[in-house]
Amino acid sequence: MVAKPKLCYIHGRGRIESICWLLAAAGVEFEEIFIKTPEDLDKLRNEGSLMFQRMPMVEIDGMKLVQTRAILNYIATKYDLYGKDMKERALIDMYSEGVTDLGEMIMLMPVNPPDQKDVKMTLIRERTTNRYLPAFEKSLGCRSSESHTGAWSRWILQNTVQGL
Amino acid sequence: MMATKPKLHYPNGRGRMESVRWVLAAAGVEFDEEFLETKEQLQKLQDGNHLLFQQVPMVEIDGMKLVQTRSILHYIADKHHLFGKDLKERTLIDMYVEGTLDLLELIIMHPFLKPDDQQKEVVNMAQKAIIRYFPVFEKEFTVKISNIPTIKKFLEPGSKRKPPPDDIYVRTVYNIFMP
Repeated sequence: MVAKPKLCYIHGRGRIESICWLLAAAGVEFEEIFIKTPEDLDKLRNEGSLMFQRMPMVEIDGMKLVQTRAILNYIATKYDLYGKDMKERALIDMYSEGVTDLGEMIMLMPVNPPDQKDVKMTLIRERTTNRYLPAFEKSLGCRSSESHTGAWSRWILQNTVQGL
Repeated sequence: MMATKPKLHYPNGRGRMESVRWVLAAAGVEFDEEFLETKEQLQKLQDGNHLLFQQVPMVEIDGMKLVQTRSILHYIADKHHLFGKDLKERTLIDMYVEGTLDLLELIIMHPFLKPDDQQKEVVNMAQKAIIRYFPVFEKEFTVKISNIPTIKKFLEPGSKRKPPPDDIYVRTVYNIFMP
């Protein structure tokens, strides 16, 4: 029996959330190892499990993958959620990078200094309305709902809305 | 019919386009550059719907207008067989590249910080580089890579490699991108 992927991260959304969504979209069950203390993290580092000393880390197919995008790209390719050719992949890459940019701003909101929170929130709303949603609406409007690209775009949009 | 050269749209400096220049150079692919110098030029690209997220870098290649640095890098690497022989190799490459891009992000932002912050950031960047990133790459790595013929060519004077950011570059970027 194939081992389930193991996700190592703190107990929260952060950078693991998109990985959870993608595994879910692929219908793949996974386990989670929650890092709760500095000692937990040190243990991972000391055993050489973290290439750049950082999380997330996903144990999958005998590898210890780090870097969110590398992990997402591996899972997407393995489960056929990455388009049918290079050009489709490029399109998917562009849209998911756009969402990641927006997601990064949202993810960092809780750690912004209090005096900057309002400004950042306004920026997030403005970018979502004027930059990201128009780009996605245009894409979803001209792709069939059965294509991989369509499925991926739906996932991206869901993720964005969930993040907001 | 001769294929059109890729065309790069970005200010005349390193920033987020330099890694694209490197990968094209490594692939031995000649390219053209249209340098952004004014806000009006950026506006024209945005108004003409040439930029998916209203941002540069943008590379015109194979009938597409690719944006987002990683998308561009992936496409070029894929097209020119610089992305490993199978999924596992590809993922290893992805991990190394992502780590490098994390460090690069700090370096890219550095010239645009306030002078006081710049001092602090140099220390931060050096620490991260030494503790996190450099140990991952073998000592012989830089030597091996620099000796690859296409890379060696890119390292020589006269190539499209851009110099480190100076005051002129910083001013140009502020003029184009600041509201």
